[in-house]
Amino acid sequence: MSNVIGIGASPKRKEDQRFLTGRGNYVSDIKRPGLTAGVFVRSPHGHAILRGIDKSAALASPGVIAVLTGDDVKADGLGGLPCGWGISDAKGVPMKEPPFPMLAQGKVRFVGDMVAFVIAETPEQADTAAELLAVDYEVLPSVVGVLEAVRPGAPQLFDDVPNNICCDWELGDKAAVEAAFKKAAHVAKLSLVNNRLIGNPMEPRAAIAEYEPGTDRFTLWTTSQFPHVVRFLMGALVLNIPQHKLRVVAPDVGGGFGVKQFHYGEEAVITWAAKRVKRPIKWVASRSEGYVSDRHGRDHVTEAELALDETGKFLAFRVNTLANMGGYLSTFGPNIPTNLYAPLLGGVYTTPAIYCNVKVVFTNTVPVDAYRGAGRPEATFVLERMVDVAASEMGIDRVEIRRRNMIPKEAYPYQTPVLVQYDSGDPMGCLDGALVAADVKNFGIRKAASASKGKFRGLGYSTYVEACGLAPSRFAGRLGARGGLYESATVRVHPTGQVTVMIGTHNHGQGHETTFAQIVSEKLGVAFENVDIVFGDTDRVQFGMGTYGSRSLVVGGAALSKATDKVIAKGKKIAAHLLEAAEVDIQFEAGKFAVAGTDRVKSFEEIAGAAYVPHNYPLEVLEPGLEEQAYYDPVNFTYPGGCHIAEVEVDPETGTVTLVNYTAVDDVGTVINPMIVEGQLHGGIVQGVGQALFENAVYDEGSGQLLSGSLMDYCMPRADHMPMMKVATHSTLCTHTPMGVKGCGEVGTIGSPAAVINAVVDALSHLGVTHVDMPATPNRIWRLLQNASLPVAAE
Amino acid sequence: MKPFAYHQPAQIPDAAKLLTSIEDSKLVAGGMTLIPTIKQRLANPAALIDLSKLGNLKGITDDGATITIGAMTPHAVVAASPLVRTKLPGLSALASMIGDPAVRSRGTIGGSVANNDPAADYPAGVLGLGATIVTSTREIASGKFFLGLFETALEPGEIITAIRFPVPLKAGYAKFKAPASRYALVGVFVAKFADGVRVAVTGAGPGVFRVPPMEAALSENFDPTAVAAIKIDTDGLTSDIHAEADYRAHLVTVMAKRAVEAALS
Ligand SMILES: Cc1cc2nc3c(=O)[nH]c(=O)nc-3n(C[C@H](O)[C@H](O)[C@H](O)COP(=O)(O)OP(=O)(O)OC[C@H]3O[C@@H](n4cnc5c(N)ncnc54)[C@H](O)[C@@H]3O)c2cc1C
Repeated sequence: MSNVIGIGASPKRKEDQRFLTGRGNYVSDIKRPGLTAGVFVRSPHGHAILRGIDKSAALASPGVIAVLTGDDVKADGLGGLPCGWGISDAKGVPMKEPPFPMLAQGKVRFVGDMVAFVIAETPEQADTAAELLAVDYEVLPSVVGVLEAVRPGAPQLFDDVPNNICCDWELGDKAAVEAAFKKAAHVAKLSLVNNRLIGNPMEPRAAIAEYEPGTDRFTLWTTSQFPHVVRFLMGALVLNIPQHKLRVVAPDVGGGFGVKQFHYGEEAVITWAAKRVKRPIKWVASRSEGYVSDRHGRDHVTEAELALDETGKFLAFRVNTLANMGGYLSTFGPNIPTNLYAPLLGGVYTTPAIYCNVKVVFTNTVPVDAYRGAGRPEATFVLERMVDVAASEMGIDRVEIRRRNMIPKEAYPYQTPVLVQYDSGDPMGCLDGALVAADVKNFGIRKAASASKGKFRGLGYSTYVEACGLAPSRFAGRLGARGGLYESATVRVHPTGQVTVMIGTHNHGQGHETTFAQIVSEKLGVAFENVDIVFGDTDRVQFGMGTYGSRSLVVGGAALSKATDKVIAKGKKIAAHLLEAAEVDIQFEAGKFAVAGTDRVKSFEEIAGAAYVPHNYPLEVLEPGLEEQAYYDPVNFTYPGGCHIAEVEVDPETGTVTLVNYTAVDDVGTVINPMIVEGQLHGGIVQGVGQALFENAVYDEGSGQLLSGSLMDYCMPRADHMPMMKVATHSTLCTHTPMGVKGCGEVGTIGSPAAVINAVVDALSHLGVTHVDMPATPNRIWRLLQNASLPVAAE
Repeated sequence: MKPFAYHQPAQIPDAAKLLTSIEDSKLVAGGMTLIPTIKQRLANPAALIDLSKLGNLKGITDDGATITIGAMTPHAVVAASPLVRTKLPGLSALASMIGDPAVRSRGTIGGSVANNDPAADYPAGVLGLGATIVTSTREIASGKFFLGLFETALEPGEIITAIRFPVPLKAGYAKFKAPASRYALVGVFVAKFADGVRVAVTGAGPGVFRVPPMEAALSENFDPTAVAAIKIDTDGLTSDIHAEADYRAHLVTVMAKRAVEAALS
């Protein structure tokens, strides 16, 4: 009863005690008796025929235990990594799905593709042996860009994938869109690139695998966002290990951002190898290794057209995108630029007709998959840039054109022409709130002050919506999902009334141990410190789909809420018996079961005690114990959104863009812990700003080398890049999740790139600049100014 | 990382002897550059000879007309030194702009100068101020020391013991940081002496270099406007994923202007 910390409070995060005192337990902290070290030998070439591997020198190197290659995988009759989604083209023809072998066979298709696994007594010995492995490559030309990859004559990654096109996918009513374009008063056009990103979680990927001959069981410790899914995919589909003989543990994980939500070949190889060498093996990636093996994000080239009537009303939107998949299909790969992209092209607007074609393309690059936001930042960027271009071409104010097209609050639930139905929202409310918070009224004064210093100041808007809380399983199944997307939770009440929750989501920085404990504390009236959250171990947690797509609170929290309700329901039965009242007369409030209208009460602890010491207990009709489980499958996605306003200052002398103000007013539904939500928004916004201004994964066309292969060349956003942000929530409640929550993990990353780039373009618009590609680096801005100022100077 | 032997000599001659007698041995100062390359197996020395226990390599002394900084003096110490701030203000600013606090606490002036990274800051300060590199065997003028991309005039077995800087009338440094690494994309050091002005540029090309037209213009008129219209040739400048050569050339002009502004402020 004391110390209930419930919904809406901001206690300090429980998990930070161990993180901040250096007591976290990460994969590379784990020690096992007889541990060996494994390293992967990776292709230094973007594209090559693998003519042969001579293991002899490596095997003779001191301390070497084994050297395994694709031939060994083949000899053991094992296949490759499965793709979790199967999409189809307009005619229903399934995507091309070439095999993704655990270790390369016949060919390598990106720099970093794995060709061998070397196991030795120490990491140094493994490194030395890896250097001695003689791999005979016949180097082929690489193709890394999507435009180049689909050109006739381009290098072909797979013999049976013509023009490197995995799938020519579409969504929407093409004919309706064409008809609308015919009667449009104005058509705005935009070509853009959505830059390729590298995730950079603080902790690199790592794994330890062990095989116990006595029980015939495998254990894999891995830096994963979804251990149960790894168990299923790897056990059932790659290594043929029965599920009950495989334990997957994802202990403390230092950040994921999507990078760790895939089943990686390294996991399968190390698990398979552990049984072969009969010793536990540890592999820890270096940062550089992560750069060429962690799945990358984004990488689109897009042409978009918006049809408008004479008042600036959107009539139709047409988008053609080439999406880079990299060298193979990763776990969610083909789903990201299709199902998580095109359905968001309606945004917060009433556009009646939308058509989107996406060509999903293989290239000689690291496989591309979900990265924080996954598809939705790309969609938001296209749409919100397009709106600004249209406004400027038609001479309509950017806020005004948004208002004219926005879905009014009263129109929810709102069915878009691209599959999704938004249950709730108030984009106009978010916009109004943000305009005030960003002090847009006085922007002119600030712009003039900048101008007096020779700087250009700009303001950019992004009014956006996203779809998360992945996902309604049946709906996802129709779109091509090969698995379910529900979540599960078990609430175990101990005889003394403390609670342990086993949940299928995975906490790797999001603060679940705090947020979920608050839900239980609020609902059961137990003290916050008396609730522990267990996750990340297939032997301790019943099942789970893991954490990604802003789903943990939305889907996992809903399962937790349902399981907690079941505990209360059972508690009422026990209380009714003890209090000799009818079950319907028992009320549960603030941790007490009471007979309505009386002072007869039993505390939660007393009920828990009775459940485990069932002497005075209705054993004939009720099982002892107090532990309940729930699975929750959402009925719809959730649709958080909001309005972001970025304010930038451009130094025309150097081309440097400085973000000077940032305001976000977001609708994330019910807020459980305001501090954690604010932290998620801050982090998400910074990641989006990173995409807009700094981050760029660059490959060399031809050789396929990653030129931005380290933090020296890949620019991450840093604290001194950011102004103090103003973030606030303007929430409408989700109508279909138990607590009205919508999710907040990705909104920052989704809303921000467009806001920043719109601000940069605004700052330069007086010079005739109409678009800036991301990242808006100083060199790029300077180049634009060089080209732009020519006609101005000639006037 | 491969195993290597580790020595911590107490005298400069001992260090020099170890360096010449052990094949593939390397000096280690702050280790900020060397250790990462060893970890990545880009360098595999048989032995490391640590300079940290050698006497007299740390510290800053004022000889009136010159300031001498010991080779093992960390960047943070140079940045915080009141002596450097008053006598060599541009160098103080330069040291404070290197890397991050951890790098500034470990990295040394000797290591930076010996390494001669084309994007490092110190080479601009050393060449711009016309300093002298004092080694275990001789003294080398800065103009003869930096030989381009990681190349210096150091002979095998030679150890930098100090850098001696003449005190200028005015000096300033302006750095345009490379977005990711925060090394100099372009850094310009200007120093005004009684007999003229020196301008040294780092980051823009394969090694630090002087810009005679800017020096001439600034010797006439030590004011930002004097260099504002002087463009440098893009030939030989670096072009990479961060900056194209013509952009680097443009930044040399802008940074030269700002360095003069800093020197005058
Ligand atoms: C994250 C990071 C950011 C950085 N940012 C910058 C930056 O912005 N600007 C910049 O200029 N630098 C930067 N550096 C480099 C930093 O300044 C290094 O400290 C410096 O380049 C090398 O100094 P050190 O003392 O660490 O030398 P070490 O790494 O110990 O040695 C470097 C080389 O010099 C040799 N050497 C060392 N001392 C002597 C000597 N006395 N005589 C002869 N040879 C010697 C060594 O044998 C070795 O070959 C950065 C480094 C890091 C890690």
